[in-house]
Amino acid sequence: MVDLRVNLGKIQLKNPVMTASGTFGYGTEYYDFFDVSRIGGIVVKGTTLRDRQGNAYPRMAETPSGMLNAVGLQNKGVEYFAENIYPTLLDLNTSIFVNISGSTVEEYVETAAIINELDHIPGIELNISCPNVKEGGMTFGTSCPSAAQAVKEVRRVYGKELMVKLSPNVTSISEIAKAVEGEGADSISLINTLLGMAIHAETRKPVLSTVTGGLSGPAVKPVALRMVWEVSKSVGIPVVGMGGIINATDAIEFLLAGATAIQIGTANFIDPTTPVKVLEGIEDYLLRHKMNSVSELIGALEV
Amino acid sequence: MKKFMSDLLISEMIRLNEQYFIIKLTAEDKLPEMLPGQFAEIKVEDSPSTFLRRPISINFVDYERNELWLLIQIVGAGTLKLSQLRAGDSLNLIYPLGNTFSLPDFKPSDILLVGGGVGIAPLLFWGAKLASEGYTCTFLLGGRSESNLLMLDEFKRYGTVVVTTEDGSSGEKGYVTDHSILKTKQFDAVYTCGPTPMMKAVAAYAAKNKLFCEVSLENTMACGFGACLCCVTDTTDGHLCVCTEGPVFPITKLKW
Ligand SMILES: Cc1cc2nc3c(=O)[nH]c(=O)nc-3n(C[C@H](O)[C@H](O)[C@H](O)COP(=O)(O)OP(=O)(O)OC[C@H]3O[C@@H](n4cnc5c(N)ncnc54)[C@H](O)[C@@H]3O)c2cc1C
Ligand SMILES: Cc1cc2nc3c(=O)[nH]c(=O)nc-3n(C[C@H](O)[C@H](O)[C@H](O)COP(=O)(O)O)c2cc1C
Ligand code: FES
Repeated sequence: MVDLRVNLGKIQLKNPVMTASGTFGYGTEYYDFFDVSRIGGIVVKGTTLRDRQGNAYPRMAETPSGMLNAVGLQNKGVEYFAENIYPTLLDLNTSIFVNISGSTVEEYVETAAIINELDHIPGIELNISCPNVKEGGMTFGTSCPSAAQAVKEVRRVYGKELMVKLSPNVTSISEIAKAVEGEGADSISLINTLLGMAIHAETRKPVLSTVTGGLSGPAVKPVALRMVWEVSKSVGIPVVGMGGIINATDAIEFLLAGATAIQIGTANFIDPTTPVKVLEGIEDYLLRHKMNSVSELIGALEV
Repeated sequence: MKKFMSDLLISEMIRLNEQYFIIKLTAEDKLPEMLPGQFAEIKVEDSPSTFLRRPISINFVDYERNELWLLIQIVGAGTLKLSQLRAGDSLNLIYPLGNTFSLPDFKPSDILLVGGGVGIAPLLFWGAKLASEGYTCTFLLGGRSESNLLMLDEFKRYGTVVVTTEDGSSGEKGYVTDHSILKTKQFDAVYTCGPTPMMKAVAAYAAKNKLFCEVSLENTMACGFGACLCCVTDTTDGHLCVCTEGPVFPITKLKW
């Protein structure tokens, strides 16, 4: 038996396989495909203080080895989550994270405070890839002061695992990582989607209603790996890696680059059983390489 | 309804013409129950530019032969690759997905099913079910020209078939909504699937005549089972996912 447990700051996951926010609904969408309780953690849909309708259709464009999305955080708001969705998650035997978004620091704080009251939610993932309306729409996660401020204020009201999810659309992701570590983040997850766009040549129109959108899938994997590697070297807190993982080999590459756990996103759309396949693949790898624990893999890249 | 991800066996490939083909699928086990209007998400192998699955309507289910039919139009790399499969190959499906057509709260006496191009696909399965329950169906099928009119003999088993073509190569010349049957015959329920402008025109006809009407939408999808929220349409209840709350919607709910 290999030991698959990993420590993410304040909590321990039973294995390093998680699912990425916005790609796994509330987990229920996947019950027909596999036993969701087998995986280490799930991150539910991006949640905001108030109900959001999201962006207009079309919100998706298929691109080489990936896709662009412009869903725009459609969700029914944190109160609805706490009252109607949360009770349905109580039987799940996995660590459930709520991904939180906001357009002001106050919104992040209020949302986090409500989630803090939910016993069965051991952590939040703070999505700082959102435009800050008070700062002229500049994304929180693209400047060190605004990223730090969001984390600092949320930390005041949120006592459990605080994972901060970084945007890759920055010049130096390590600097942002250090800034959020400095304000008390327990762990860091990356990467969120890369800003991109798609054009319909025949009609001379953008494919997405919002013109630009977030790129995900295997196309982003090399960028994601590089960023996970850089960030894990520059902070002391655990790093959760994601971006284009479709199989166990991809996941192991992220662990070697320094990730303590990984998240699976877009791959769930194509094969909804990807998380269990990755989990089994990691176990096989450890057995094949005669390793006793997944922790031996973390950051074991031989440069 | 429980969703499955399964490898099904291709029992038959039927090439209708340059653009269209039918895949008949079977399995060793009994196929699960499927409802008219539902669709499958198909995995396209060995097509590097086809990253996501492709949503395709359930065209017909032959429970006696344990067969599921898909009617597909070649429009890009994914559907082209599918057209090159052969009997004996396997195909991975996530299915059955989405909701189903429904009957109005009164008993309709004359039902109209309007399909354009490959949009006729789900209407065969629905028409067959309606006919088996004793309803009278008229299929009004349209296409650019004769080669876009598909599976007419199949449709004739379940009701009256009338057609239009834009170039007049078969049936009445013009769009489906120009067909004389809409003026000469009274219908009390309408179902439609096809290009959006056609569905909008049919919906306008139904609304004008105060008819019960459902449309089947074909929004682009990433997952097909409610996980990504990419496929929404604007409704009186806000943005709803076409893959889970649809693809079939009553026209009174859509904000077109
Ligand atoms: C619920 C549902 C049911 C469907 N049922 C059928 C069916 O029974 N038979 C059938 O042949 N097709 C059906 N379609 C459409 C089918 O999914 C697309 O034609 C297919 O995905 C195209 O794949 P491709 O790789 O060949 O083409 P691509 O290269 O992906 O696309 C070729 C061209 O078609 C356009 N296109 C692709 N998908 C769509 C779409 N959903 N709506 C509008 N334009 C699109 C693209 O923008 C592009 O211009 C259905 C779609 C949905 C959502
Ligand atoms: C449709 C879609 C919706 C997403 N929604 C969110 C979200 O609400 N919050 C968030 O932090 N990330 C969101 N993401 C980003 C993913 O969680 C993940 O960071 C990204 O897709 C990279 O991983 P992948 O390549 O495995 O998909 C979304 C991604 C997709 C494809
Ligand atoms: S296609 Fe993913 S939610 Fe509808």
